[in-house]
Amino acid sequence: MAWTRKILRVDLSSGACKSEPLNMEWAQQYLGQRGLATKYFISEVDPKVDPLSAANKLIMTTGPLTGTPASTGGRYSVVTKGALTGAIACSNSGGYFGAELKFAGWDMIIFEGKSAKPVYLAIENDKAELKDAAHLWGKTVWQTEEIIKKSHQDPQTRVCSIGRAGENGVMYACIVNDLHRAAGRSGVGTVMGSKNLKAVAVRGTQGVSILKDAKAFMSAATAAKKVLADNAVTGQGLPTYGTQVLMNVINEMGALPTRNHRDSQFEDARKISAEAMVEKRPSDGKSHLVTNNACFGCTIACGRISRIDETHFSVVNKPEYWGASGGLEYEAAWALGAANGVGDLEALQYANLICNEDGFDPISFGATVGAAMELYEMGILTEKQIGMAAPFGSAKALCELAQMTARGEGFGKELGLGSARLCEKYGKPELSMGVKKQEFPAYDSRGIQGMGLAYATSNRGACHLRGYTVASEVLGIPVKTDPLVTEGKADLVKAFQDATAVFDSAGVCVFTTFAWTLADLQPQLDAACEGDWTMEKLAVVGERIWNMERQFNNAAGFTAKDDDLPPRLKTEPVKTGPAKGLVSGIDKMLPEYYQARGWDANGVPGKETLKRLGL
Amino acid sequence: MHVTLKLFATLQDYLPPEARKTNALALELDAGTTVQQVIERFGLPQKLCHLVLIDGAFIPPALRATRPLQTGETLAIWPPIAGG
Repeated sequence: MAWTRKILRVDLSSGACKSEPLNMEWAQQYLGQRGLATKYFISEVDPKVDPLSAANKLIMTTGPLTGTPASTGGRYSVVTKGALTGAIACSNSGGYFGAELKFAGWDMIIFEGKSAKPVYLAIENDKAELKDAAHLWGKTVWQTEEIIKKSHQDPQTRVCSIGRAGENGVMYACIVNDLHRAAGRSGVGTVMGSKNLKAVAVRGTQGVSILKDAKAFMSAATAAKKVLADNAVTGQGLPTYGTQVLMNVINEMGALPTRNHRDSQFEDARKISAEAMVEKRPSDGKSHLVTNNACFGCTIACGRISRIDETHFSVVNKPEYWGASGGLEYEAAWALGAANGVGDLEALQYANLICNEDGFDPISFGATVGAAMELYEMGILTEKQIGMAAPFGSAKALCELAQMTARGEGFGKELGLGSARLCEKYGKPELSMGVKKQEFPAYDSRGIQGMGLAYATSNRGACHLRGYTVASEVLGIPVKTDPLVTEGKADLVKAFQDATAVFDSAGVCVFTTFAWTLADLQPQLDAACEGDWTMEKLAVVGERIWNMERQFNNAAGFTAKDDDLPPRLKTEPVKTGPAKGLVSGIDKMLPEYYQARGWDANGVPGKETLKRLGL
Repeated sequence: MHVTLKLFATLQDYLPPEARKTNALALELDAGTTVQQVIERFGLPQKLCHLVLIDGAFIPPALRATRPLQTGETLAIWPPIAGG
C-alpha cells in the first residue's frame, strides 16, 4: 500500500516497542519519507538537542512508493539531527531494506532514548522486539549481517547496521544495509551508535496492497519505466558505465577538486575512471568491474560490483577482500582518489571496501584525508603524529588510514572527527573543504558555479544530492546552462532543491530525475496515494519541506553566515582548464537565492512565505 | 594543425585499440576543420555525440558544423551519460 498507516515507536531506554497510527493529515502535507519523517522529527525534538544525547531521535522511514512496482521504489531514509553537522540530517539508501520494512507493515520506525546496553531491533511483520546485541558489538557491518541472518535462520531477512565506526564515534559513520548500500552522510550512524543500537533486522511477508487505484497505478508505473528505458542516460549510460563515467567529464571541465581543492584537474583522473574499471589488468587479465547491480525494483541498475586485484599490496594477504563487492561509485572514487591525489584504482577500492565494511562515509573520510595530507605537507602534522608519511598521492597512507579509522586506532581517531574539527584542532579551520562541517562532494564550485550555491544552502551541509545542478550545468538535463556564470543559478538551485525534496519523499531514487520530471512521478503518486496529488500540490510540498528543514536549522542556531564556502573557493582562482581564473560567486548568488526563496537578508523565511506554504 | 581527440564511454570503441588506453588520439588536421567534420570522419553516430567539449568548454549542437578547431585544442566527446 502507499502508506501502511502504521508507525513503530521504539523507546530504547525502556525497551518498549509500540504501534501508532500514522498522522494522515501530515501525510497529505509532507507526502512521506524525507518530508513526513522530518515533520515528525521537528515536532518531537528540541532543535538545540545534542545529537549524541538520548534526547535526540532517529527515524527510519519509507515513502509511499517504497515497496511498490514503481521503478526504483525501494528507498528508505534516516532522519535525525546529524552528528557531523548539528543540522537536520536525512540520508537516503537503496538496496532492499526499505521495501522489506514496508512489507512488514511499517511506514517508519522512531527510535528514542538510549539503551543501557547494545541491542538490535528484530521485526517480523507486526512483531517487533529489542534483542541483546552484546555478541554483535565490535563486529563489522558484514559480520553483523551474516550473524543475524544465521541466527534468524532466514536469508531473506534484511539488515541495516553500524560497523565499528559507528560504535567508535566516527563523526561521519553510516548505517549500511545489504552489505554495500548506505544511509551515508551527516553521521546518522554515529547517532545510532550513541544509542547503543547496533542493527535493525526486518522480515516482511505482507507485500503491498490497497493502492488508491491499482489499475491506474500499474499503468502509470509501466509508462514511467518506459521513459527510463527509452532515455539514453537511464536506459544505457548509467547501467553501462555507472556514475563513475563522470570522472573524465568533470576533469576535462576543470571542476574536479584535487589535493584538497588546491587544484581543479587531476593528472591521474583517467586511471580511476569508469573507463579504467572496464580495462583488463596486466596482473590477472581481468577487469576491475564485474557487473552492474540494481536495488529493489530498479530498472536503471547503475550500481557497480567490482573485484579487487588480489596482487595489490592492500589485499595480497587478505583473501577476505578478494570477492566481488560494491563500488567504486563516482563520489567515493573522487573523495578517496582525486581529493588526496591518489591515482591507484585498486587502493581506492580497498579503502571503499573498508568504508562499507565498517560503515563510514567515503566522501567525508576521503576529504578529511585530503585535509590531513595538506596539513602534513605544510609541516603542521608530522609523520610521528600520523604514524606514517602522508603526502598527497600516497596510496599506502590512504589504505592504512582507512583501516585505522575503522578500528579507532591512532591517528584514525582524529580522522574520525571529520575535516572541520580536525583542521580546527590544528589551527587551520580554513583548510576544511565543506559547509556546516560536512565535506564537499566531487564538484569544484569555482568551475560549476551553481553547485557552490547548492552546497552553501544545503540543509544537511555540503551535499550534491539536495540540488544537483550538475545535471543542468554539465549534462544539459533538463536544459543546458553555463557552469561558469552565476546568472540564473539562484532560481535553478531552488527549482532543483524543491523537486528533489518531492522525489526524496516519494520512495524513489533521485537518479530517475535524469529522465523523469515531476510530471512522470505525479501520475504514479496520484494513483497510489489517497488524496488528490496534482502537480501544483507536489510543487508546494517540495518547497514546504525545504522551508521546514530550514526552520529547524535556524532554530538550532544556524544563520546566514553558515551559508558560505571556505575562503579558498572565494579567493584562490582556478589554475587550469576552462574555469581558469575564476573563484566562486557565492556572495553574489546568495542574496538572489534568499530573494527567490522569499527569505529575508538573514536567511529567515518571511511571514508571507510561511503562510503560503502552510508552515 | 595538431588536435587531440578524446572519446569516452561507449564512444571509445571508435578509437584505434592503442588509443583506447588513454582515450586520446593525436590528429593532424587541415586548417579550418570543424567539429562536425571530425565527428563524421570517425563515423560517430550523431545521437551518441551528446556532450562535446573543446578544452573543457561546451560546444552546443548548433555550433558543431561551424566551429573550426584550432591547433593545440582538445576535442572531447561523450554519449549521453550521468552520475552523482
